Amino acid sequence: MADRTVAERGARPNVDAESQWWLDALRSEGSEREQATARLHELMLKAARFEVGRRRGALSHVRGEELEDIAMQAANDALMAVLSKLDDFRGASRFTTWAYKFALLEAGVKLRRRAWQQREVVLEPESWATLADRSTSTHAQLEHSEVLDELKTAVDSALTPHQRRVFVALALNEVPIDVLSERMETTRGALYKTLHDARRKLRQELAASGLVEPDGEQSRRTT
Amino acid sequence: MTQSDHKHNEALERLLAPTGFEVTCDQCFELLDAYVELELAGADADLELPGVRAHFQGCPACREDYESLRDLVRRDQLG
Repeated sequence: MADRTVAERGARPNVDAESQWWLDALRSEGSEREQATARLHELMLKAARFEVGRRRGALSHVRGEELEDIAMQAANDALMAVLSKLDDFRGASRFTTWAYKFALLEAGVKLRRRAWQQREVVLEPESWATLADRSTSTHAQLEHSEVLDELKTAVDSALTPHQRRVFVALALNEVPIDVLSERMETTRGALYKTLHDARRKLRQELAASGLVEPDGEQSRRTT
Repeated sequence: MTQSDHKHNEALERLLAPTGFEVTCDQCFELLDAYVELELAGADADLELPGVRAHFQGCPACREDYESLRDLVRRDQLG
């Protein structure tokens, strides 16, 4: 398994021996680095294929060859990300766990976007309620309810147009955030910040109507 | 509270959650590996890394990344 003679070189207190072996080998030169890089790519591909396997049911319309291509591309991108971020590894977990998350992220993003490739994402709704996707469980549960009316009023009155678009897409229509970030040419983090701010505003509005507690807890009052 | 009210509350919770402190998507990714290993080791990951679980409630993509990493590492541990 791990080359302990390498692992013992310059080990940091928080890094276990095997993780230190990975760091040292990937920072070395020549065949040692090449072999470590090849092993790391195998791990990335294993993780990417694992993610493909989890999502295969939702991607039954996509050919197996294409899914394998997606897994390989995710593994390649994850390998580059890990190699460029070795200095960020602090030993809070084992190196392999840390590296896995890059492959799972890359594969997850690619697969979500592939699943929505042919689907339209409405970004400029004139009326969020009429454009809300009624097939989603969230919308179905709120339909014909007093809550929907109150929420619609709050969405229309309290949110900025950008917050309204993001909230309707992500929270109400359940568009994957990676899909929306691609369509709106922004990042997952920026979109989530907008969603977070929108939710906070809506909670304040609904608290004033008695639908949620003022501190934000969503236990509707029973009168 | 009627059954209908209960359903509406659940939907409202899903739309407006989480309510407490939560980390950002970037912070969540930064902490994800440590969170998973703490959890699989039986430690109180939510106490050690507050705000991560709350973020999972509000961000389905980060929650899916977490579930995938947890299951992959657990599978490795089981050999």
